[in-house]
Amino acid sequence: MRFRWSWLQTGIGPWPIENALMETTTFTSQLLQYLITGLTIGSIYSMVAIGFNIIYNVTEIINFAQGEFVMLGGLVMVTLHTVAGLNLLIAFPLAVGLVTLIGVLLDRLAIRPIRNPSVLTLIIATIAASILIKGAAMLIWGKNPHDLPAFSGRDPISFFGAVIQPQYLWVFGFLVLIVVILTLFFDKTIAGKAMSACADNPHAASLVGINVNRMILLSFILSAAIGATAGIIITPISLMEFDRGAMLAVKGFAAAILGGLGSFPGAVAGGLILGLIESLGAGLISSGYKDAFALLILLALLFFRPSGLLGNAQVSRIKRF
Amino acid sequence: MLRIRQTPITVFALLIGVFPLIAGRIAVIENYPDVMIFVGIYCLITIGLSLLMGYAGQISLGHAAFYGLGAYVSSILTTRYGINAWLGMGAAMTVTALVAFAVGAPSLKLKGHYLAMATLAFGIIVYIIFNEETAWTGGPDGMGGIPGLSLFGFEFDSVNRYYYLVWSIMLAVFCFTVNIIQSPAGRALRALHTSEAACGAMGVDVARLKVIVFVYSAVLASLAGSLYAHYMNFVNPSSFDINFAIKLLIMIALGGMHDIRGAVIGTFLISFLSLEWLHVFEDYESIVYGAILLVVTVFLPNGIAGLPTMAGRWLKHKSRG
Repeated sequence: MRFRWSWLQTGIGPWPIENALMETTTFTSQLLQYLITGLTIGSIYSMVAIGFNIIYNVTEIINFAQGEFVMLGGLVMVTLHTVAGLNLLIAFPLAVGLVTLIGVLLDRLAIRPIRNPSVLTLIIATIAASILIKGAAMLIWGKNPHDLPAFSGRDPISFFGAVIQPQYLWVFGFLVLIVVILTLFFDKTIAGKAMSACADNPHAASLVGINVNRMILLSFILSAAIGATAGIIITPISLMEFDRGAMLAVKGFAAAILGGLGSFPGAVAGGLILGLIESLGAGLISSGYKDAFALLILLALLFFRPSGLLGNAQVSRIKRF
Repeated sequence: MLRIRQTPITVFALLIGVFPLIAGRIAVIENYPDVMIFVGIYCLITIGLSLLMGYAGQISLGHAAFYGLGAYVSSILTTRYGINAWLGMGAAMTVTALVAFAVGAPSLKLKGHYLAMATLAFGIIVYIIFNEETAWTGGPDGMGGIPGLSLFGFEFDSVNRYYYLVWSIMLAVFCFTVNIIQSPAGRALRALHTSEAACGAMGVDVARLKVIVFVYSAVLASLAGSLYAHYMNFVNPSSFDINFAIKLLIMIALGGMHDIRGAVIGTFLISFLSLEWLHVFEDYESIVYGAILLVVTVFLPNGIAGLPTMAGRWLKHKSRG
């Protein structure tokens, strides 16, 4: 569950150049550095949070295996790109496709067969799936973290004394891309509108002829694809190993709650805010407690404002679970 | 619905009582009394947890942390301040009760998945604290020199002596919990499980009842942790991580979460699996557990304790043709 945040921040590890650069930085540029790395990791949390929301909106299930999609995305990509030597443009969609298949299996083998679903059994089923996936990943990829070459090299870009890895820009770019595609999907396509209808009221949706089961499957597909994308683009920055999923899931969930569970703009904002808090907390307060900041925010939110900062208390009240 | 009679408990207690005498004479199972000490300790946690899951319908992934709090608080008090071990245990239970109340009270007011996520976050935070607060806990290397237990000059210093101590406590707790289930409070709990709304309408303070069960189960976990620490004379954070929390969940799901006898059965099976039978296949542990949990959730929603009822229903169905 270690994130090896230090690599992201100080540049020890794959990028020795950054180390030298960081030594001459002033406090302001260091602060800027924290903001940039915070937004980068925050974008990943946003993607995980979006994945949570897609499944939650259609099924009202919190998918505890959400983080495993991210882990799988990164590791499958390592195999396809580094080990099998496939071109980035081929390996990327192939890796996303394979993880999506796992998402389909998750729905078909773990969620749908449950006859009397209660929130308790559904949570347990996704937890079961997540440890199953984690165990399989450990057998396939071992316990060591794996690296992936950055998409466009590792020559850092200097930015007001802070250092930007080119990969950071890819992360921001993919977050924007995902938001744009999802917006178009939900606003312009029949399938997207049908999914929104299921989110509002599954019974009414099935009455007007929407195949709710297919929409649930679609939600798992979308969510797995977004998770896999997040895993692929973050691996060149923070590496990836088999047991990263749980921490990513709980932080992504924290981001989703922060923005109001079920809200897409909320998920994006929540993830970015969480990433910033974590990065500033680790840099200015204590790096040992880096992982704890996001979780403390989650607990504080659940205690004081469970509908989230941007969420609507009335909407969260009518949900079944 | 659930009537637990006295005779089976007496027989069970007798079997437990003679077990070390028999096991000591058979070479293959010579070390089983030692394993059984852990079974007894884990049973203390799962009895409480099954009350929480099976009756209050809530999942906690934070009980590994309560178990750890019990272990660390009494370890720190006895080694650093020379406080009597029993007093240390009591102090640990008090601290855990307060912490559990602080975590449980707000999240139990919310719906299904919130307690699961809040306790998951809480569990990770506590785990980080165990690792980071090196001055108190010894950090990842753990702390040793924890004194054993003694009562009026009688030292519980051999495996068999500690075995009888743990199992006496476990049986006392089991009988006490059975009494709770069969008291008016227990009826309220069962009603809560059937329908929260109906239960509330009958005048039961649902939120308060859930918090009481949560705190009770946390205190039992704390007691188990203290017993563990004073038996091992050494603790380190890895015994209290999320994997252990999930293992507890599997014990209860396998045994049957609607029946506290099921919790005991599940604890027996999973403890022996992980400490004895599966020990050589450590790398496959996660996959096996995930598979067990998934199969049980999908096919055996009432666990092993639900098998007789399921078999009865199946036979009735068959005979009707």
